[in-house]
Amino acid sequence: MKLTLKIWRQKNPNEKGAFVRYPVDDVDPEMSILECLDVLNETLILRGEVPVAFEHDCREGICGSCGFMINGVAHGPERATTACQLTMRHFKDGDEVVMEPWRAKAFPLVKDLVVNRRAFDHIIEAGGYVSVSTGQAPDGNTILVGKEIADQSMDAAACIGCGACVAACPNASAALFTGAKITHLGTLPQGEPERERRALSMVAQMNAETFGNCTNIGECTGACPKEIPLEVIATMNRDYVCASFSRREDLPTPVLPVATGA
Amino acid sequence: MTLDAKIPSGPIEQAWAQACFDMKLVNPANKRKHSLIVVGSGLAGGAAAASLGELGYKVKCFCFQDSPRRAHSIAAQGGINAAKNYPNDGESVFRLFYDTVKGGDFRAREANVYRLAQISGKIIDQCVAQGVPFAREYGGSLTNRSFGGAQVSRTFYARGQTGQQLLLGAYQALERQIHAGSVTMIPRTEMLDLIVVDGKARGIVARNVISGKLSVHIADAVILATGGYSNVYYLSTNAKGSNTTAIWRAYKRGALFANPCFTQIHPTCIPVSGDYQSKLTLMSESLRNDGRIWVPKKKGDTRLPNEIPEEERDYYLERRYPSFGNLVPRDVASRNAKAICDEGGGVGKSGLGVYLDFSEAIGRLGEKTVRERYGNLFEMYQRITDENPYKTAMRIYPAVHYTMGGLWVDYQLQSTIPGLFVLGEANFSDHGANRLGASALMQGLSDGYFIIPYTVGNYLATNKFAKVDESRAEVTEAVASVQQKTDKLLSIKGKRTVDSFHRELGKITWDYCGMARTAEGLEGAIGKIRALREEYWQNVTVPGSGDDLNESLEKAGRVADFFELAELMCIDARDRNESCGGHFREEYQTPEGEAQRDDEHYSYVAAWGYRGDGAPPELTKEPLEFNYVHPSQRSYK
Ligand SMILES: Cc1cc2nc3c(=O)[nH]c(=O)nc-3n(C[C@H](O)[C@H](O)[C@H](O)COP(=O)(O)OP(=O)(O)OC[C@H]3O[C@@H](n4cnc5c(N)ncnc54)[C@H](O)[C@@H]3O)c2cc1C
Ligand code: FES
Repeated sequence: MKLTLKIWRQKNPNEKGAFVRYPVDDVDPEMSILECLDVLNETLILRGEVPVAFEHDCREGICGSCGFMINGVAHGPERATTACQLTMRHFKDGDEVVMEPWRAKAFPLVKDLVVNRRAFDHIIEAGGYVSVSTGQAPDGNTILVGKEIADQSMDAAACIGCGACVAACPNASAALFTGAKITHLGTLPQGEPERERRALSMVAQMNAETFGNCTNIGECTGACPKEIPLEVIATMNRDYVCASFSRREDLPTPVLPVATGA
Repeated sequence: MTLDAKIPSGPIEQAWAQACFDMKLVNPANKRKHSLIVVGSGLAGGAAAASLGELGYKVKCFCFQDSPRRAHSIAAQGGINAAKNYPNDGESVFRLFYDTVKGGDFRAREANVYRLAQISGKIIDQCVAQGVPFAREYGGSLTNRSFGGAQVSRTFYARGQTGQQLLLGAYQALERQIHAGSVTMIPRTEMLDLIVVDGKARGIVARNVISGKLSVHIADAVILATGGYSNVYYLSTNAKGSNTTAIWRAYKRGALFANPCFTQIHPTCIPVSGDYQSKLTLMSESLRNDGRIWVPKKKGDTRLPNEIPEEERDYYLERRYPSFGNLVPRDVASRNAKAICDEGGGVGKSGLGVYLDFSEAIGRLGEKTVRERYGNLFEMYQRITDENPYKTAMRIYPAVHYTMGGLWVDYQLQSTIPGLFVLGEANFSDHGANRLGASALMQGLSDGYFIIPYTVGNYLATNKFAKVDESRAEVTEAVASVQQKTDKLLSIKGKRTVDSFHRELGKITWDYCGMARTAEGLEGAIGKIRALREEYWQNVTVPGSGDDLNESLEKAGRVADFFELAELMCIDARDRNESCGGHFREEYQTPEGEAQRDDEHYSYVAAWGYRGDGAPPELTKEPLEFNYVHPSQRSYK
């Protein structure tokens, strides 16, 4: 097939960016959209031009490196699929495919389709863990976890931290990402002791990173390549509200409520 | 040179406890005065950095991705072994040890493997405590499955995303230490050289991939946990960024490289679909628990798999290996697939594929159970191939997956450069000539959580560390050599892209140093690699500049190192005149076509030392002794 790729090019955050159109011939329906960019980049390099920068690593939908808007949709048209696993079968001969980076204040642009997602690490750093140092653990089977609970926790833990939820949200909120970690850990008995502290700290950090507020639109879960359920946001809000009311002095001070709709 | 593996004397069961007791301890108040560098944030590096931070050391941790959570450990699917014996089916530390030594075809160090089996249970405990959502029984206890041909169920898993969940556990522990201020995380930064001062590893030169700036980091010890080098083959199941650069530069600074030719080919990957192919996708080999592998008896049969009647199918693994059937070890399964395809018996467009069929399992267990066990893998397959595995047989072909070789380390995980420790897939230690499924995650976490915190302490407590000034010749020389190489790559401005060279190098390495090798082929390959490398340095083109995000430049440096490594792999493979594990030399096989070891002459670790560009590397042998598991011909008949 022959396609036109319309790609956002921007050398760095300080210079202005613009869309550039690139015709690509010989697109094989079996190739992934990243492989299609590879093919384009090979031609650009041989023409002495600077190739398109885009983030990628595992190319099997698990590391969360890749991701950009494809025809206005985070990771493109296919349900539960990262850009690296999106094959060109979903396009047809003559199509124009528009690619632009995640747009969010908390994800500043680095170059072309690459943005900086360190804000996600900061949210985890604020409390997205169980405080157990190496060597402190009891035998694995002394902590019993019912299958349904383990499954629920796993559903939330499947988040790959790609940022599609933020990019898809009209408010650029990170509620799905933050809620996923709060739910993953808070659902398990291991995460229970720090549940309140975790919710307060992570939500505070989320706000500090300049993500927008959640207004329960639900675009995030639709764009999520791992289909993290919207309930994780409700769980986050519940934990947060409970923690805010508990008024324990050792807990961080609550900030503004996260979701107006909850 | 002689190699001292520092294996504790006495009975193997007590070796690690004895070694721990013999180690000197760092006074708790002094720990924060020691600085450590950890390069890599995968299971090995992430676990190490977090644990060392918890102990109070001042740690800097590096990775080249934008976040430590993206290390390629994230992609492991199948599971992690541990000798817990929860299913009460005959598992024990000794059995896991025995299976791993035998699975490695008697080319691993017994004491290391024993320690790994001993520690394995604690890893599960630690991960559970961190909140890793392992699969559970209805009663709430942990579930196990049998994996990769093991006859006991010792594998723990979290759906098809075990690596992801274990890595997130380590990542979260790491983030906790970052929050506590004991670990400084330096992402998007690539180590490009090792700084050796007075014979000791004292720092690294690194490049920020966004700004292009080089920086020098000095510490009391350097820990490399940079993963495997499967990407030397271009196509592999590794991530695109996986590389050999860190360990290769360390090799050139004096660390020995052990068993470079021991690489593993995984039998259940999705076949290549075209020339643009950029990587290969693995499907967990747990699929072999219920899927049956076959090819049509008639070569070139173009009927759809469903249309081929039972009696016209060759279930070749079940036929050749009646007792293990589809569950033979990886090397055996892979080699058989290649042999069948080489004879023209393969399926699919390219003829490089065999069927993996679930129709019998669906009939026996029902679609629901099959979906529960393998649903996410089937979905992945369908996403990539557009074929529905519930309705038609999958096609699979082997792909390079894991590298058993790596920097030589002693029992303390220290390389031949004092103060340079190597963990995880980057070292050579525990898997001999073939790694068993679900044992790499175990090794990475064992190294990171439970071994390095002890051994690095011993090193720090028994050495003195003078301040290293950045103006010292060793430092400025290392920085200059990195800068020179970068400038050189940017200045060639030839006619071929880095990827085109990488593909060609990969093809040579795969053809001659892949699943089957011959002395003659290897000899030829060495010549081809040298010629291509020469062309590389004259004809590669790297666009852009060195002072902003430039992936071509990053790749160019990595491929330059892959060239040198590929040559060493061929030299090592040519030197080892036997077949063992993943190293199959066609000249050395039993009448039934199985790998024929030569224990009399080759029961050693081949550790290669760098002697200058163009000079042949020097071979030092570490003899292997087997006092507990007696070497036997592996038989899976
Ligand atoms: C698809 C797949 C599936 C697998 N499934 C299983 C399984 O089910 N069970 C099992 O036991 N094993 C499995 N393995 C093997 C196992 O996952 C790996 O061997 C293991 O995770 C490697 O961990 P590591 O910490 O050594 O390296 P990695 O996780 O690869 O981490 C390497 C780290 O080093 C950093 N790095 C690399 N080079 C540099 C540099 N020059 N400068 C700075 N940083 C650098 C990277 O950024 C990264 O953080 C699988 C492997 C693959 C590829
Ligand atoms: S490249 Fe890893 S998820 Fe796409």
